[in-house]
Order: sequence, then structure tokens, then C-alpha cells
Amino acid sequence: MSVDSQTVRKIARLARIAVTDDEVPGLVEQLNGILGWVEQLGEVDTKGVEPMASVMPGNMRWREDVVTDGGIQDKVLANAPDAASGFFAVPKVIE
Amino acid sequence: MSALTDLSLAEMKAGLDARQFSAVELAQAHLDAMAANRHLNAFIVETPELALAHAKAVDDGKRGGPLAGIPLGIKDLFATDGVQTTAGSKILKGFVPRYESSVTANLLRDGAVFLGKLNMDEFAMGSSNETSAFGRVISPWKAKGSDAELVPGGSSGGSAAAVSARLCAGATGTDTGGSIRQPAAFVGIAGIKPTYGRASRWGTIAFASSLDQAGPMARTVTDCALMLTSMCGFDAKDSTSLEIPVPDYAAGLTGSMKGKRVGIPTEYRLDGMDPEIAALWDQGIAWLKAEGAEIVSVSLPHTKYALPTYYIVAPAEASSNLARYDGVRYGNRVTPAGGNVHDMYAATRAAGFGKEVKRRIMIGTYVLSAGFYDAYYTQAQKVRALIARDFEAAFQKCDVLLTPTAPSPAFAFGAKADPLAMYLNDVFTVPASLAGLPAMSVPAGLSASGLPLGLQIIGRPLDEMGVLDAGLAIERAAGFSARP
Repeated sequence: MSVDSQTVRKIARLARIAVTDDEVPGLVEQLNGILGWVEQLGEVDTKGVEPMASVMPGNMRWREDVVTDGGIQDKVLANAPDAASGFFAVPKVIE
Repeated sequence: MSALTDLSLAEMKAGLDARQFSAVELAQAHLDAMAANRHLNAFIVETPELALAHAKAVDDGKRGGPLAGIPLGIKDLFATDGVQTTAGSKILKGFVPRYESSVTANLLRDGAVFLGKLNMDEFAMGSSNETSAFGRVISPWKAKGSDAELVPGGSSGGSAAAVSARLCAGATGTDTGGSIRQPAAFVGIAGIKPTYGRASRWGTIAFASSLDQAGPMARTVTDCALMLTSMCGFDAKDSTSLEIPVPDYAAGLTGSMKGKRVGIPTEYRLDGMDPEIAALWDQGIAWLKAEGAEIVSVSLPHTKYALPTYYIVAPAEASSNLARYDGVRYGNRVTPAGGNVHDMYAATRAAGFGKEVKRRIMIGTYVLSAGFYDAYYTQAQKVRALIARDFEAAFQKCDVLLTPTAPSPAFAFGAKADPLAMYLNDVFTVPASLAGLPAMSVPAGLSASGLPLGLQIIGRPLDEMGVLDAGLAIERAAGFSARP
């Protein structure tokens, strides 16, 4: 499998990264270089092997469903690029 | 007495305890060394006032603990309350956390003094420190008869350069595929990545969550042991944190290899291996044998698939983790004139991320996308299971594994411009990461060009003690005393 410029633009859109027309050919080449190399995994017989998502055996821990923090609105907003009236502010979403 | 900065962490601890010097004097000596070595670009932020205040509190008896007064550098991946934390990325320039990561909180609890934040590859993606948005870190080492600047390795390159150049007693690092071990090897220091789950990931900026582990980098194995005990421990805030007591590693260190079985993985002897690396490996085998270890040959048949597996799993997790940098809650924002919120996301991320980070996010996005998920991501997870099984089988026959840390000594800037050539530098470190195993690099010798070379020890899950003991045995036998 290899990617073309249309696919690269689609991936960039999914990843929410703006790419310029100039960048696309280089990305096509680099991504194909990497994808071509990782494709060797296809030759490994993995029949009956469970995919390993975590090196931790067993189940995730549970905890009580209780509030553990809060009341730190100013800390939460302290690094926001734009905040107003105690909220994160973003460009207009609904016209 | 030699310069304070030349002491090992353990010697500093003893000197402070015996009141041979004060914590303020020790901190000042390091701050002076940092000021004299700014050309290395090891620190992104220096925090002299904070360091001196913390040191004074130690001298005044207001702060104590096993690391009281020990001056450390902190990789810029750890969130530090009130001190800029960027992960080496432009997108986080100016980000000042209002909380402390669990690992650094543990070190502060134990009395450590923080000197500043150490430069690194952007979001820990790199093996040379060339991807930092704050400029490359320069290794304090130079090859014999050459004035060419060399990479310190990566991603914990600032940590490596600072410890090697005696700008701090030790430093925190993080290791996703070798980011503690490879830079440690390149600059002639020790570094250990504990078993996945030993060190809390809470407050450490995430790259690939199933692989990321924090660990210490220092000039001796004992120093690493001292820091490791402090950094590790159960943390309810990390869902993968291990609820298992952490031994006092420094107290338990013996360096004894009597009756230990050391496995030598045949697949790590690559075709065309650098003869110097092969010779050093053979020397390491001979050293451990002389210390009473039994040497056994083991097989890790899926070794050649570890790197491609890693370069699917890690970018996939990174593409998900880095989705949070959207210019809304923290970090920098770019809004094109007249643009809507989607234009803002795309422009923010295009401007904020560097080339390598974008490349990995895009690879990750692709391998997780509809239609390709099973062929790439699920297959990689299955091969990962086979790699872990290889180690399990090997550890039926041996207690630790001995391998080289990196396939070469430190290289020059720009020497690995092709991403794939850079990725291949992690060939010996990535497999243990995929299996979540403890692993360390110890300086073991110099190349003909006079550059440090490291040997890697990989241990069973939770057997950091066995890894450190083998590390100490190598350290003693090698007697590595070269310095930049």
C-alpha cells in the first residue's frame, strides 16, 4: 500500500494539520518510505496471536466515583490562549 | 578536594551529610557550571533563584530526605509547577503548568534541588536532539583530532549533555524507545528505564502512553539507583501505575554476578555490525564471565520486526495523545484571518509542531484510519505480543540480557537526515521498550575515535535490582573514567 497526494491531504485533514501545496510531494515521499518499511510486518505469521495493547497483565484498577478535585477554575484557565468570563474562548463555531 | 561538580551524586550526599559543604554551595557550583556551558544549549530554562531557595531550605533544616540538597536537571517533558514546560515544542512555548508531575513531586519530597528544565527532541521524538524547537543540544564530547560538533543522542539529549558536562549531579529522562539509554551511551553516563508502570506517568507529557517510562540518568550506577528509588512508586493518578513496593535499590546493590546467567541474544549480532561495537560486547561478556556469571546464548527471533512495530505503535499513540494541542486550553494558537474554529486547529498545529512530529502524527493517523487499522495497527500489536513472548522464553534460560546500547558512537549533526536512518539507531533499545522491561545503559569503553560506547542490560519485569547489579559489575570492570 502506498499513499498519493490526495491521501496525504486527507490524512492531514484528519490530523488537523494544515499543509501547503509545496509540502505535499515531500510528505508523500517520506510517508511512503516509512510505510514501505513497516509493511514487512505483514510477513509475520500472527494467526491466533492476541493483539497486545498493554504490557500490564490484568484489568485496569477501579476507583470510587467521587470528585477528587475542583474549584481551580483560575488554574485551569491560566494557560488558555483566550479566556473570557471564566470560559475557554474560540473563534465563532456557529454562524 | 576536587571541584564539587566532579563528585558523584552519592559523594555529594555524603559530603552534605558530613557538612563538608552546604547545599547552597553545591547548587551555586552547578549554577556557575551551567552559566559557563550555555553553548551546549542543554537547558531551555534555568531556575537559579528556585534552586538556591530550595538549597537554603535544606541547609536550614526545613527540607530533608534521601536526596536532600542534590542538584538535578529536569527533562522538559515533566510538568513543573510554576516553571515553563514545553516538551521541546513551539506549541507549548510559554506554557507554565499549575501542577507538579508525580515523578518530580517525588524528587522534591525527597529534598532534591532543581536547577532547570533540560532541552530535548520535540515531544521526545528523535534520537539526536535535532528536532527541538529550542535549538539542538551539543554533546560535550568531541572525536579525537576533530572539532566537529556531535549529537548528544535523544530524546533526553539535554539530560545527557548536562550530566556528562557536570552541570548537574543527575537528571530525569524519559524512555519510549531508547530515549534514556541511547543518549546515556553517547555521552558516557549511566541511565535506566524501569519496568513499565514503576514510574508514574502523571504530569509527564505523553508521547506513546503504552511505552513511556521515566528514569534517571547519572554518572554512576549507584547514583541511578539512588534516584530510581525516589522517582518510582505507586500513583493512583496513573491508571497503569504498579501497586508494588519499590526496593531501596542503592541499599540492595551488590554488583555480584555469582551464579547469575547472562543471556546473549544471537539476533542482536547484526550483519555488518561495527567491529568496535562487537568487540566491546565481547569484552562485556568476558567481564561478566570473570565475575562468575554463566554466559548462555539465547534467541529473540522477532527482533528484526521490533523497529517497524514500534514505528506503527508509537506514532499511532502519539497521533491520539497530541490531538490535545488544539490551541484551546493551553499552548499557542494561530487563527487565520476570517477563519473558523477548524481553520484555527489546522493552522495552530501546522505552526506549532515541527517536521518530525507532524510526520509521526500523520503516520499514526494513517495506520489508525478506517480500512488500514487491521493491516497496520492490529498486526503491529500482534507482533508486539510475539516480541514480548520472545523475551519471556529467553528469561527461562537467563537472568539478564547483555547487548550493545547503540549500533554506533555519537554521530555528527545532519548525519542521519533520512528519518529511516535515524530510526535504525534505536535497533537495540526498542525491543525491551515494546516488552515493557527494565533496561539500562552503562558506559563501557571508548571507540578508536575517543567517543563513549555503552553496553545495555535488559532484565525481567520488576527486576531493576538485577539490572543494576549487572550494571555495577560492568561499571567496576570497565573502570570508565574518560570525561569530555
